Amino acid sequence: MLVMALLIGGLIAAGLYLMLRRSVAKLIFGIVLVGHAVNLIVFSSGGLLHAGSPVVEEGRKTLVHPHPDPLPQALVLTAIVIGFSVQAFAIVLIKRAHQAAETDDFDRMDTTERDG
Amino acid sequence: MNSASLVLTLPVVIPLATAILTLALREHRAAQRTASVTGWTGLLGVAIWLLIEVQDAGAIAVQLGGWPAPYGITFVADRLSALMVLVSAAMGLAVGLYSLAGLSPEREHHGHHTLFHVLLMGVNGSFLTGDLFNLYVWFEVMLIASFVLVTLGGRRGQLEGGLKYMTLNLLGSMIFLASVGFLYSQTGTLNMAHLHVVLDESGGGTLLLTISVLLLIAFGIKAAVFPLFMWLPTSYHTPPTAVSAIFAGLLTKVGVYALIRAFTLIFTFDVGWTHSLLLWLAGLTMASGVLGAMVQGSVRRILSFHIVSQIGYMVMGLALYTLAGLAGAVFYIIHHIVVKTNLFLIGGLIARVCGSAELSRVGGLIRKRPLLAGLFLIPGLSLAGIPPLSGFWAKFAVIKASLEVDAWVIAAVALAVGLWTLFSMMKIWSEAFWKPDPEDERCVPVPMDLASRVLGYGPVIALALVTIAIGLYPAWLADHAAASAVQLLEPDDYLRAVLGEALR
Repeated sequence: MLVMALLIGGLIAAGLYLMLRRSVAKLIFGIVLVGHAVNLIVFSSGGLLHAGSPVVEEGRKTLVHPHPDPLPQALVLTAIVIGFSVQAFAIVLIKRAHQAAETDDFDRMDTTERDG
Repeated sequence: MNSASLVLTLPVVIPLATAILTLALREHRAAQRTASVTGWTGLLGVAIWLLIEVQDAGAIAVQLGGWPAPYGITFVADRLSALMVLVSAAMGLAVGLYSLAGLSPEREHHGHHTLFHVLLMGVNGSFLTGDLFNLYVWFEVMLIASFVLVTLGGRRGQLEGGLKYMTLNLLGSMIFLASVGFLYSQTGTLNMAHLHVVLDESGGGTLLLTISVLLLIAFGIKAAVFPLFMWLPTSYHTPPTAVSAIFAGLLTKVGVYALIRAFTLIFTFDVGWTHSLLLWLAGLTMASGVLGAMVQGSVRRILSFHIVSQIGYMVMGLALYTLAGLAGAVFYIIHHIVVKTNLFLIGGLIARVCGSAELSRVGGLIRKRPLLAGLFLIPGLSLAGIPPLSGFWAKFAVIKASLEVDAWVIAAVALAVGLWTLFSMMKIWSEAFWKPDPEDERCVPVPMDLASRVLGYGPVIALALVTIAIGLYPAWLADHAAASAVQLLEPDDYLRAVLGEALR
């Protein structure tokens, strides 16, 4: 549990640090890291324990105790798939924005702040 | 399959089917457009059916896949959901028809219609789901479609605005997802009705209060609440008019809807704390949005900042947490969606006529396009709250509710912001329409053919008529808003629909 908490905290700290940099290339790494951390939060929300998989074995009607909560595992699968697709889009968008603006510096991508 | 499950799933199924169809028909422009129009019209029909159904039977629910709540995913509609689905379907049709005249063929070829329908699917899903994780999924559906709609076309401004829009909204989604995880580990359920029951018994606590603030931040980013709104004015004016109009009308309101759900159904154990925080945010949102609008020089940027300030009024109604306040908030949302979408469409028409929506480059439209000038006045004055238009009743309801609980400060802020809004609208009016254009060099009207004139002006006229109708006959909407507020404050109906009698 402690290892997991430290891992999540470290990932979020590193991710936010990267997102706050001015470089857009580091932005995408930040998004990926925070995304992983959030997935781990969801994954561990059912509690972590040493046990088998939450699959009902053949010939039985219920799960063998102790078993982990299967719901967060289902949720995190969905979240991983969504996160992956969004990150894929983000990479393409950052590449295109980088090409169009010809800069890696967030502060110079400011044409929308000016009137015109 | 009974009628309840049909009417609850069709608002999601119709846009999905239309999206697939338009994707398959992308090589045939006319067929794709026909499919799109059929989809929009069908959605509006189903939305009306849903509202009638909810009006007759109270809240209705369907357990998807037959898994009983709270284990499966529930779709549920009470009056608020049904009203929101109806108004978003109407905006889909209006903006969709408008878009048929103004879009470039390349944009249509590259999947504009498909994404537009996916966006509507995400919006409707968010309004109808009764499950917090499922709400996250619908948010993502909506967001991914909107990311592509903003950046489709790939001009530099679009990409830069889109990048900021995407980053902040992704951050919001991550905070949302993390708080869903925390909430599950605290309560063991994500079904919103079941959460209400569980938190009613356990009575909250500091951890749950923290989670509620995390969710407030997540929904606040989507709803563009102070101080989380900066993504909105940098991106909303970059895509084509049809896209920014539907965004302006619907996307932030999904965030407001989620806030209303979360802070009437789930987090009501410490109303004194959470809702006074909301009240502060409401006042600051109103004021900062309208002050931001004052210095802008382009029609769509002014309107973007006004979205922010108007969000403040809706959050204010929620924060008061009285029957009158919530009814005012619901009334305000519906009025605002109609008016704001219309104003963006008119901004697009100004740009179409003059070739620019920059106030320093347009002028004299009152003589060149008197119809457009008249059409601007209706939603413009309504937004500022001039009687007898819809905005007057919306502002009146919210401010009256705040006076009832002696919230003088917020009432004063709301009134002052209304005055500043009028100032902004008059700025657009005097610059774009009234100001003479002596040398006729600023705006040389581009002639439009009949079809694009009908498609351009038709939706604007229809929405203006809706605004006038709400203004002259506010009782229908006010009754609906009041009934929604009753269901929000005492969610027995909602709980019974979702959980049945057994779990309560």
